[in-house]
Amino acid sequence: MAAMLELQHVCFAAEDGQEKGARKEILHDVSLTVNDRFVALTGPNGGGKSTLAKVIAGIYRPTSGKILFNGEDITDLSVTDRAKKGISFAFQQPVRFKGITVRDLLSIAAGKKLTVSEACRYLAEVGLCAREYVEREVNASLSGGELKRVEIATILARGTELSVFDEPEAGIDLWSFNSLIGVFEELHRKINGSILIISHQERILNIADKIVVLADGRVSRVGGREILPELLSGARPSPCAVLTGEGRNG
Amino acid sequence: MDAIERGLLEKVADLHGVPEGAYNLRENGKSVARASSANIEIVSKTEEGKSGIDIFIKPGTKNESVHIPVILSQSGLHELVYNDFHIGEGADVLIIAGCGIHNCGVQDSEHSGVHTFYVGKNAKVRYVEKHYADGDGSGERIMNPTSEVYIEEGGSMEMETTQIKGVDSTRRVTRAKLAKGASLVVREKIYTHGKQTAATEFSVDLDGEGAAADVVSRSVAAENSHQEFTAVINGNAKCTGHSECDAIIMDNGTVTALPALTANCVDAELIHEAAIGKIAGEQLTKLMTLGLTEQQAEEQIIQGFLK
Ligand SMILES: Nc1ncnc2c1ncn2[C@@H]1O[C@H](COP(=O)(O)OP(=O)(O)OP(=O)(O)O)[C@@H](O)[C@H]1O
Ligand SMILES: [Mg+2]
Repeated sequence: MAAMLELQHVCFAAEDGQEKGARKEILHDVSLTVNDRFVALTGPNGGGKSTLAKVIAGIYRPTSGKILFNGEDITDLSVTDRAKKGISFAFQQPVRFKGITVRDLLSIAAGKKLTVSEACRYLAEVGLCAREYVEREVNASLSGGELKRVEIATILARGTELSVFDEPEAGIDLWSFNSLIGVFEELHRKINGSILIISHQERILNIADKIVVLADGRVSRVGGREILPELLSGARPSPCAVLTGEGRNG
Repeated sequence: MDAIERGLLEKVADLHGVPEGAYNLRENGKSVARASSANIEIVSKTEEGKSGIDIFIKPGTKNESVHIPVILSQSGLHELVYNDFHIGEGADVLIIAGCGIHNCGVQDSEHSGVHTFYVGKNAKVRYVEKHYADGDGSGERIMNPTSEVYIEEGGSMEMETTQIKGVDSTRRVTRAKLAKGASLVVREKIYTHGKQTAATEFSVDLDGEGAAADVVSRSVAAENSHQEFTAVINGNAKCTGHSECDAIIMDNGTVTALPALTANCVDAELIHEAAIGKIAGEQLTKLMTLGLTEQQAEEQIIQGFLK
């Protein structure tokens, strides 16, 4: 049985950086069910995808609405508690740590001290030549793509019922792209859980059982793979009026 | 030696027994065990009123080590020790120092060590030092190490110093003079907690052409502790100098970083970096998404940072 995540009428407002005390609503009444193998979340930049992922992981608390995981209300659970319940989240921009090695991080993710060969197995899955990386620090010396792969490897090491990946393909070279899809398939095969992938890539949308489009903080479209051609050819959002000069005199 | 002393020795020198090669073990103000080797000779200072040892390392000595741990387990002991290292031309050695204080009494215990290093031409020295203290007495545990470093042409010294825990007050002074092509690398790690204070002062003169110094301090000031980092680098020739203070503050901990760079030569290249702040929120969040509690996440981050 796949995991079951249910968002019911979730709204989220963030502190407005410019005006003190003011809040800006980013997610408006989002309802969504994830109980398939692969669910792809897509939509324009700034549409609220990463924000929604953080709401699922517990990093942001919804201002209203409910989140259920396998039937249990987890709306008020902390990040740690949700992680323990079986939710994993790969950041769009992975975090760097001075002094924490790749093996340390994978060990934390796995919940036990990993041997070099155990850690290597996860790294090999994401296409990193393992021996070169296990003892390296997860610091600024790793390239963007390497860091991104380490991030994915931590999610594999966790192996939870629900895994959320925020643009996992970003910064990963073309050559590795196919293997990345293999990684998701393998993860599903092992855990038999659900995977929510935020992506702009047609090839990732193509493996999805369900595609959800989030635009302006609202779910604007939900459907199977059959909606893909329409999405790809579909009307693009109109460019910013300032850039096109619309609305100005002359 | 009792269990407490054995524990201290393990903490500061990773020693479980008698070390290999040359060593001098100082316990409660006296030298209690010593061995010289074919290439490394250790002798007591003979000057009146001056306690300490001279360590002579023969030119060309390779892959040898010297252990000079100090432990204090008597409350109320104050000592001032002079250790001079004479490192011969072309030698390549490892020096392991360390000081452990166990104070369960009401009087302060204090160890002040003055180490002078004469690093010969093209000699290479790696110096590793750990400071640790414990004991639940109200007496303070105080360590004030001073290092004077003279590096001759082409010589190099790498200093790895760590103050792990329990030292109530410390003032660490390191002064170095580097000749042509000499290099100095310092990696310092300090963790303070409670009401502890730690002051660390570096003063490096880059006198010779091609001299290079790289001084990096990583520190964590937790609870109500305070740390002060001063790094003075004087570039007196075509040289490169870099100092860096990277500090994490927690609770009510405070840190001051005082860099001072002076270029007395147009070809001197000197850089200072300092970053002080609390643990980045996103680092905590990341580890929490991996299932750690906030406190466990904090511990992992600090442990890695000071590793
Ligand atoms: N903490 C915050 N405070 C204020 N505004 C925020 C905050 N986080 C996100 N936003 C805003 O909310 C909107 C949604 O951001 P989000 O990062 O969720 O978009 P996204 O769909 O992931 O975009 P992308 O495809 O570019 O990654 C953006 O307009 C962003 O500027
Ligand atoms: Mg995003």
